[in-house]
Amino acid sequence: MEWDWAFVREIMPTLLEGLKITILATILGAIVAAVVGLVLAIARRSPNPLISRTVGFTADFIRGTPLLVQLYFIFYVLPDIGIRLPPLVAGVIGLGIHYGTYAAEVYRAGIDNVPRGQWEAARATNLSIRQTWIHVVLPQAIPPMIPALANYFIAMFKETPLLSAITVLELMNQAKSVANSSYRYIEPMTLVGVFFLVISLISVVALRWLEERYARVDER
Amino acid sequence: MIDWSGYIGLILQGALVTIELTVMGSALALVMAFAAGLGRLSHFLAVRTLATVYIEFFRGTSIFVQLFWVYFVLPFAGVTLTPLQAGVLALGLNVGAYGAEVVRGAVRAIGREQHEACVALNLGRYHRMRHVILPQALPLMLPTFGNNAIELLKGTAVVSLISLTDMTFQAQVVRAQTGSTLIPFATILILYFAMACAISAGVRWLERRGSRGLDGVRV
Repeated sequence: MEWDWAFVREIMPTLLEGLKITILATILGAIVAAVVGLVLAIARRSPNPLISRTVGFTADFIRGTPLLVQLYFIFYVLPDIGIRLPPLVAGVIGLGIHYGTYAAEVYRAGIDNVPRGQWEAARATNLSIRQTWIHVVLPQAIPPMIPALANYFIAMFKETPLLSAITVLELMNQAKSVANSSYRYIEPMTLVGVFFLVISLISVVALRWLEERYARVDER
Repeated sequence: MIDWSGYIGLILQGALVTIELTVMGSALALVMAFAAGLGRLSHFLAVRTLATVYIEFFRGTSIFVQLFWVYFVLPFAGVTLTPLQAGVLALGLNVGAYGAEVVRGAVRAIGREQHEACVALNLGRYHRMRHVILPQALPLMLPTFGNNAIELLKGTAVVSLISLTDMTFQAQVVRAQTGSTLIPFATILILYFAMACAISAGVRWLERRGSRGLDGVRV
């Protein structure tokens, strides 16, 4: 079978429609992951061993099991206990929690890198725990970890095709339905690959820029 | 009341397929990692370019897209693969590309003085790699290789979407037949986690063995 440019032009609008959902899912997933990661990282440092152990084990468990199965779990098991989510919401929650556990490790490293003296100084100036986190620790911890976080968000973008398995109409699903109705696999599947490759390569350039901008802590 | 023993048997059959895929995929990934990782350090521009293109291509798209491409597009080019072959090929090539960067990083982390000592001792390129550089670089690679193997294990779930009867596929079968969702999915989540723990325990054991005799060389 030969490559057919007319067919490419014909399916392009459908694929772009899917690409929009893919990007939407990535952005929403990244927001959820950033928040979940921060909560997990802070909970893991809790002085109560019960909380820190439980959170640590849960994060390890989520990181050690496939995202696809977690998506199935959210999409098929939760309705049994009365939580019925639309596919896109289920997908964003799945992506967010899965990558949140990775983001938590990045936050942990960033928080550990804030010098002890800063904590002690916050203590000495009588700041509350809340104020210490919001005004002293996080503003110093977050900028150096931006490149590492962005790296995981690119990884998350590449995993969004999994959402097609729970019927989200993103890029991969649109390509599959086009392929199944026309019996032509070459163009849609290759185009999906090209889309992902191009966007990933662009994001790698953006990532380099972020590293230039934020990763050098010592100079500040 | 549902007879669970038959369904659990089904899931365990799927677990065997998952293990098979993980082992074969890891073997291919290991070969690709060394080939491409050392290829990127080659003196020849052509080899370096080829290795770089391979690595960027497979790291730039996800395992899911690659798997579908291998399974659905390659037949049109005359290469028809069984789902298992397609799965091993896609997983191995994908994780191999990540592994290649690990190999490259570890080899480059070995100090200049080691290279210079090899030159001074008149060792050839092969002997330099085989007897001096790699024995020191391997312990550096192992922890990341362990993580990559766990990523590969997690990647195997995707092959259920090209109708390979792995653990995730069997769980879907059980769900379709019994209508129960919690038991099949919770079971396979626990099994996947157990396998991931087994991999990290195995890698820790290898790390202890691999760093034997290197005490005092490096922390």
